[in-house]
Amino acid sequence: MILKTITDKLGLEVKNANVDLTAEVTGAYVSDLLSDVIANSEEGELWITLQAHPNIVAVATLKDLAGIILVNSRQPEQETLEKAREERIPLMITELPTFQLAGKLYKLIGEC
Amino acid sequence: MSPMGIVNEAVSKDIDLIAICDHNTTENSIAVIDASKDKDVNVLPGIEVTTKEEVHIIALFESVVDALKMQTLIYDNLDGENDEQAFGMQVVANAEDEVLGFNRKLLIGATSLSVEMVVDSIHSFNGLAIAAHIDRERFGIIGQLGFIPPNLRLDALEVSSRVKPEEVRMKFSEYHKFPFLCSSDAHYLNDIGKCTTTFLLREATFKEIRMALKGRKGNRRIKDEG
Repeated sequence: MILKTITDKLGLEVKNANVDLTAEVTGAYVSDLLSDVIANSEEGELWITLQAHPNIVAVATLKDLAGIILVNSRQPEQETLEKAREERIPLMITELPTFQLAGKLYKLIGEC
Repeated sequence: MSPMGIVNEAVSKDIDLIAICDHNTTENSIAVIDASKDKDVNVLPGIEVTTKEEVHIIALFESVVDALKMQTLIYDNLDGENDEQAFGMQVVANAEDEVLGFNRKLLIGATSLSVEMVVDSIHSFNGLAIAAHIDRERFGIIGQLGFIPPNLRLDALEVSSRVKPEEVRMKFSEYHKFPFLCSSDAHYLNDIGKCTTTFLLREATFKEIRMALKGRKGNRRIKDEG
């Protein structure tokens, strides 16, 4: 499923307008420990987190993730947003807490 | 741990300088500093600050006045009230080991200050900012943030006693530009001195340690770092 379908269906707000939303999403990974995301996430996955520090963009770039979704209406720090624009990593926000978002996403894209 | 107990334990273990670094508060450092008067150990006021990202940063200060400025900033950015059933009593003591009162803040919580804001604020209050127990996954900066943000102006990195000194440089080789410290992170009297850092200094003071960490005036340094 492409990212655009997911952002539309889950009502995600995309914070950086310059990104490509046609990339294929292969699954998702949920974690707030960035070291864990480096170790265990897979290329093409969406990353659900509440961490808004600029390092999240570097981790997403390193792991070729499909994008980052910040939960609970967390706003990215200014530098995080700038880095996401530079690196063209889709950075999204939802008002949903992690459990609800992950559940909805799981229903949408199923077992990966 | 009581103020006199901490001081006596440090003296008995021939430690020249300790810092009192409770989570998100420095209220008890005043009592320990008082208790150390006329004793053979220097005590620095400090705070182990929990950042928004749940990274622990050690703040060390020369004066209580500076430490209290940091504490005010933390209190202004720390929500919640302590639950004594869940987290225990947060006693504030004096130098005679008497209870002055209880801290009601939820000190175990995270502030809403980013790691950059914490480090810059510590510096603005003339303190030293040290990333705590970087070998620990939880609350260590590398575990929480994947890597140390390149522009973060940390003065040193601390490893816990779980890492053998000879392993430190190898394990964290990409961070060789930082001075490395080991300290005990003691939560019980017995743990005081479990891990220490040896400095070559003129005297065991904050100023001398700062000079050693900044690499200035070359005769002051951490012993094993050449």
